[in-house]
Amino acid sequence: MTSPLEQKKIKIAGPSIVTANRTWDGIVVYRTAARSWSADLSEAAIVRNSDEAKALLAESVADDVGAIGPYIAPVQVGADGKIEPGNLREQIRRTGVTIGQSAQA
Amino acid sequence: MYAYDEIDRTLVNERVSEFRDQVKRRLSGELTEDEFKILRLQNGVYLQLHAYMFRVAIPYGTLATNQLRALAHVARKYDRGYGHFTTRQNIQFNWIKLAELPDALEDLAKVGIHAMQTSGNNMRNVTSDQWAGVAPGEIEDPRIWSELIRQHTTLHPEFSFLPRKFKIAITASDHDRAAIKVHDIGLRLIKNEKGETGFEVLVGGGLGRTPFIAKTIRHFVHGGDILSYIEAILRVYNQYGRRDNIYKARIKILVHELGIEKFSREVEEEWQHIRNSSLQIDDEVIEDIRSRFTYPAYEKLPYMPDELRQAAADPDFEAWRKNSVAPHKVQGYSIVTISLKPTGGPPGDATAEQMDALADLADRYSFGEIRVGHEQNLALPHVAKRDLPALWKALDKLGLATPNVNLITDIIACPGLDYCSLANARSIPIAQELTRRFANHELANLIGRLHINISGCINACGHHHVGHIGILGVEKNGEEVYQITIGGRADENAALGTLIGPGVKFDEVADVVEDIVEAYLALRERPEELFMDTVKRLGVEPFKERVYATR
Amino acid sequence: MPLVKGGKIMGDSFVKLAVDTPQPEGGDILVPAERFLGDAEGLLEGAGKVGVIWPNNRDIVELVPYLDRIAAVALVFPTFRDGRAYSQARLLRERYNYRGELRATGQVLRDQFVFMLRAGFDAFEVKKQADAEAFMQTAKRYSVFYQPTGDGRITALHRRMQLRHSEGVGT
Repeated sequence: MTSPLEQKKIKIAGPSIVTANRTWDGIVVYRTAARSWSADLSEAAIVRNSDEAKALLAESVADDVGAIGPYIAPVQVGADGKIEPGNLREQIRRTGVTIGQSAQA
Repeated sequence: MYAYDEIDRTLVNERVSEFRDQVKRRLSGELTEDEFKILRLQNGVYLQLHAYMFRVAIPYGTLATNQLRALAHVARKYDRGYGHFTTRQNIQFNWIKLAELPDALEDLAKVGIHAMQTSGNNMRNVTSDQWAGVAPGEIEDPRIWSELIRQHTTLHPEFSFLPRKFKIAITASDHDRAAIKVHDIGLRLIKNEKGETGFEVLVGGGLGRTPFIAKTIRHFVHGGDILSYIEAILRVYNQYGRRDNIYKARIKILVHELGIEKFSREVEEEWQHIRNSSLQIDDEVIEDIRSRFTYPAYEKLPYMPDELRQAAADPDFEAWRKNSVAPHKVQGYSIVTISLKPTGGPPGDATAEQMDALADLADRYSFGEIRVGHEQNLALPHVAKRDLPALWKALDKLGLATPNVNLITDIIACPGLDYCSLANARSIPIAQELTRRFANHELANLIGRLHINISGCINACGHHHVGHIGILGVEKNGEEVYQITIGGRADENAALGTLIGPGVKFDEVADVVEDIVEAYLALRERPEELFMDTVKRLGVEPFKERVYATR
Repeated sequence: MPLVKGGKIMGDSFVKLAVDTPQPEGGDILVPAERFLGDAEGLLEGAGKVGVIWPNNRDIVELVPYLDRIAAVALVFPTFRDGRAYSQARLLRERYNYRGELRATGQVLRDQFVFMLRAGFDAFEVKKQADAEAFMQTAKRYSVFYQPTGDGRITALHRRMQLRHSEGVGT
C-alpha cells in the first residue's frame, strides 16, 4: 500500500476535509481540528489550501490505530458554515446507500 | 453435502484463533494497517465505503441448513440483518465490526464455515456448478474434486502471496454454469477413451480491465495428476507473473504475454518434475472424500404426481414452475432455483429471516441442502415434484418466488458505489430500475433468455463483459456514465461483449436497455431466436443504429 | 534485527558483504549472488563458511552447482507480500536436496513463519523483536496441513488414509 502522503502532489480545488474509517468498527469518520476523529461531518476540520491539506492528512495517517485509509475529500461550505459532501461518493458515505431499502423485505 | 471431519474442524479453529490474535495485535497498534491489510484480506475482510465488509466462502456453492442458519445468525447479530450473495459462491456482510469479527468467525466455524482466502492474492474459493450432483447428464459430481482442490489450496505454504488473486472453477456438465472460461484456471471434468476421469484444463481467463477468455492448456489431465498439474501452473505463475503493475499481475496477462504455447511448455516442464510426487492422488483418496459427501435417499416417485397436475390450473404457479424448476437426474424430483432478484430489490441480497425460512424449507423439501449459484440466486437441489405446489406457496410468502430466472430481470450486479470503495458508479439502482421496467412477466417471457450484467467499475465484479447486455459504470467529470455492450456470454461459448456506442447517463440507462430490447424484438427472425443469437447473426450495428438514432 | 535459528534467537556468525566490500581474513560471510557467481572458487577457498544472498527474481538453478559447498542461502522477501522466495525455497529443498541453512531475509514477519517453515526455511532474520520472541509459539499455531511439502509433515489426506486403515484393521 502506498502511503497517501507519497501519492502524487496533494492539490485541492476548494474546501476539503480528511475522512477515513474508524479502525475498530469501520464506521465513516472525519478528522477534527482537535486532532481526533468524529462521525459527524459538521465537526470536520476544513482545509483550504494544499499545505493545510497535506498537514491534516499527515497527522491523520499517523493515527493508524484510530482510523484507516485517510484521504482528502472535497466539501461544500454554505454561507451558514454548514458542511456538505462535495461529491456523490462522499454523499453516499455520509447518508448511506441510495437503493431505497437495505434488502428486500 | 460434505461433512467436515475432526481434521478439517481443527484447521478452521486454528485459523480462527490465529485471526483473533491478528485482530488483537491490530487493535493494540502492534500491527500497522499496512501489515494487517493483507492478513485481513486473506480472511475475507475488506474496507468498503461505510464499514468493513466480511466475505464468507461457500465452497462449490453447497450449504447445509445449519450453515445457512449460521449465516442468518451472523447477519442478525453482527451485521444489519441481511447478506449479499456474490458471483463467486460467497456471501458478504456489509457492516461488520473488526473487533467482533473473531466472534463471528467462531460462530461460523462451529458449522464448518470459514472465510479463508475469500480475498487477497491467493487461491480463492473454489467454485463449481450449483447443480452439481443433481444435473441430468452430468459426468460425475464435480464437488468431490472441488473439495480435493479446496483442501489443497487452503493455506498453501508456497502460493499464499501470489502476484494477484487466483480463481479456480470446475464444471462436469456440457452446459457450463460455473463460468469456467472466465477463471484463472477452468476445469472441465471429462472421461478419456478408457473411461478414466480427468480434466480439460483451461487457463488465463478473467474479466477486469483486460478481459480474456481462457485458453485450453491441456486437453486431458488425469484426475490423479490434477493437483500436481495445478501446482505446476501456480509455480510458473508465482515466479514469472508480473508484480510491477497490479493491473498486469493476473495470470491471464502472463499467458497473453508469453503466448499459450510458451506458457504451456513452462508448465509442462515443471509438471514433469513434480508429477510423480506425493501430489499424486490415488482412487482411495478420492473415495475417502466421496464417502464424506452424503447423498439423499431418494424415493421412487412418479414422473407426474397428482399434486402437480392439480396445481397446473393455477397460472401463477405454472409461470413459476416453468421458469424456476429444472429437471433432476432422479425421476420425480426437481431442482428449484430461488430468485434473489425481486422487482425493485438489490440483486443477490437475502435477509436473515429469508435465510432462516429457506433453511426450514430446505429441511422440509430438499434433504437439508441449499445451493448458491454464480448468478446470485439460490437453489434447492432435491425437491420432490409432489412438493412443488407447497414449496411455491411458502416461497411466495417470503418474496422468493419471482418467476424471472434467466430472464431480463435476473440481473447480476456488483454492489457498486452504494457500498464499494473501488466503484466509480452505482450498480444496484440501475438494476432496480430495470427490474421495474420489465416487471411484467409476460413481457419478460416474450423476450426470453437475456442476461444483464452490471459492474460499477472496470474491475468487473458484475461480469459486465460477459452479459448478453453488459453495463459498466464509469466516472466522467464527476458524473456517473454507463458504457453498454451486447453479445457477451459466460457459458461454454463464452464471449466478450461489444460496445454499442458512447456512454450514457444514469437516468438514461434503462431507456437504452429498453431500446435494445425493442430492437431485438423487431429484428429477431422468430420468437425462439434468443437475444444472443440475434446479436450473433446481425452483429452490433443494427442495435447501435436503433439505440443512437434518437440520441 | 534478531536472527532466529532452531527456534531460538541467536547471534549471527555471518557477516554480510556488499558487492565491493573486501573479503575479511576469516569468519563466515554472506555474499550477494552476483559477487558469488563472479568469483565462486575464490570465495569458497577462504577460511570461513560462505553463504549466498539470492534475489527472488533470479533462477535458482544457477546456484545448484555450488549447493554442496555453501553453508547458507539467504532468500529475500522485499516485502512480505512478494511470495517468490517460497518457490525458490521449496525448489532448493525438495528438488535440489539442499541441506544447509536456508534463511529468510527482508520483511520477515510473524504471520508468515508457518508458511516459511513449511517451505523449508530454518533461519529467519526477523524484522521485529516481538515477532522473534513469539517464534516458537507462532510456529505451533497449526497442527493440520493440507499440502505435502519437503518439511515432511503428514498431510490431512494421509492422516485420513492412516485412520481409515487402522479402523479397517480394528473391525
